[in-house]
Amino acid sequence: MRDRIPLSLAVSGLIVLHGICLFAGFLSPYDPTEQNRTLSFAAPARIHFFDNQGVFHLRPFVYNGNSTRVPLRFCVDAHLFGVAAPDRIFLLGSDDYGRDQLSRLLHGGRISLVGGWLATILSLGIGVVVGTFAGFRGGWVDEAMMRVAELFLALPWLYLLLAVRALLPLTVDPETTFLLVTATIGVIGWARPARLVRSAVLEAKERAYVQVARGFGAGSLHLVMRHILPETRSVVFTQAALLVPLYILAEVTLSFLGLGLGEPAPSWGNMLAPLRQYHVLTSFWWMVAPAFFLVPLCLCFQVCADALTKSNTPC
Amino acid sequence: MLKSFLLRRLQHTLLLLTLVSMGSFLLLELAPGDFLTETTLNPRISPQTLASLRDRFGLTKSLPERYFYWVRSAAQGEFGISFAYDMPVRALIWPRMLSTLLLTATSLGLAWMIALPLGVWAAARQGSWPDRLLVLSTSGFLSIPELVFACGILIIAAKTQWLRMGGLPLAVCVLTPVSLPLLLRHIRAGVLTASGATYVRAARAHGVSEMRLWFRHVLPAASHPLISLFGLSVAGLLSSSLLVEVVVGWPGLGPLFLEAVGARDFYVVTGVVSLSAIFLAAGTLLADMLLYFCDPRIRMN
Repeated sequence: MRDRIPLSLAVSGLIVLHGICLFAGFLSPYDPTEQNRTLSFAAPARIHFFDNQGVFHLRPFVYNGNSTRVPLRFCVDAHLFGVAAPDRIFLLGSDDYGRDQLSRLLHGGRISLVGGWLATILSLGIGVVVGTFAGFRGGWVDEAMMRVAELFLALPWLYLLLAVRALLPLTVDPETTFLLVTATIGVIGWARPARLVRSAVLEAKERAYVQVARGFGAGSLHLVMRHILPETRSVVFTQAALLVPLYILAEVTLSFLGLGLGEPAPSWGNMLAPLRQYHVLTSFWWMVAPAFFLVPLCLCFQVCADALTKSNTPC
Repeated sequence: MLKSFLLRRLQHTLLLLTLVSMGSFLLLELAPGDFLTETTLNPRISPQTLASLRDRFGLTKSLPERYFYWVRSAAQGEFGISFAYDMPVRALIWPRMLSTLLLTATSLGLAWMIALPLGVWAAARQGSWPDRLLVLSTSGFLSIPELVFACGILIIAAKTQWLRMGGLPLAVCVLTPVSLPLLLRHIRAGVLTASGATYVRAARAHGVSEMRLWFRHVLPAASHPLISLFGLSVAGLLSSSLLVEVVVGWPGLGPLFLEAVGARDFYVVTGVVSLSAIFLAAGTLLADMLLYFCDPRIRMN
């Protein structure tokens, strides 16, 4: 049971991270697109309990520009915390347009996570359909499909992604861009799951009970749905744990390079994009905020993938 | 035997390259607009100039015609021309490729030099606290995205004046730790698997020193997965560093490719993609050859 501890920690970590992004509207103090041009690149606010005279206050507060105390208010206007109107609180600083980094981080997480999951579902969907079809049918269909898969695997993944992305129109509205980017990432990644599913199907096809069921006159569709697809389940789950972080990072990479989701919608990738400017990188460390989510997220997914791989290989 | 194998692989690679180049031509053909689309918006450039430019770049020709032009040009070693730089693609790509290779080969060599002894060492002490620490930190490092790591190193470098080290050391500092954990993990696992064999126990019973045991008896037995891993490393020589190059500002293929993709610089994109596909194929070929020479079991059948 002891080796289950990392797994359960990772799963609860994932639930917490997803939950935070799900409730971004409540947890973040501002609208992610709200600009304050006078407050660009504001440093992260410090929360104080003691004021300059060393007097303790029960209600935490921040100092504003004129070093007057601004007490925090909790659970007002459907936000977890905030400060009274003219002043602003930027717990993670603000970006070049003076937008709250925390709000952008949480709302962007929503987009990045949904994008990652959608792309994974798409990729696995294509992979399962193609892999099952190729593995079950065999013959020239199998041969042809696996050749195409090889072609996809033979190309450097990032180069392919960039080349395909480049042919899609760059200047469209954010929703279309989001769908386009997600679909591109998902479709390009179909080859690996397809091959893995195919080998699982090939193995399952030779199982005695499948042969018996076939002997009793079970049709192809019934065989696939009832006996063969369940055998591919472990492959699919392991792949999902590997692909979701990969695809989230793919979106981050694309947006970072300026080919992904555009402004003003926040995503972790385009939040990192200002870092390509040298002065931003050296002076405003809080612009790496998405890393605070990306690293634990990838770690949790990786622990899950490791545990799944281990439980699938009998030793 | 070897000859027929090589011949088959060569055929396979050629077919792959043809498909890759055709694929990228087709993709770019499907893309809306071409290199001169943005120029059309410039009122100071007359339609006549545009038409003559289009004609000169061969953009008025049909797709098969352009493809055959490219194939002929590739056979002459030029790989078409770059519209943006107005020079043969090979002359444009060559220095960029060399600088990418300089970066990746250095960091790859470093990563292997660190990972090999460290991996064997960790496997020899399986279960001890240094080993556990190593495994844990490897998993930790694996989950730091390349992009985040590169930005982090740059921030640290800027704060501590390391930036004066210049481009190459900095880029190597980023790329080596990025490729290290995966190598370490596979080497450790491969060596551990190999160390379970009975002849290892026999060698130990004969009183072979630990050093000799691990490096002379276990490591060669673990060479199979390691050689495949090495092949993968070689395969990624051109394509693994794109992101790091862009972040660090290393003048390699990565920034060039990105720029060419953005500008629809047709032949440059095709050239870079084909080149990296060649490297991918060469990497797997190299791994197969090495396996063939190192493993007598493969030579036998």
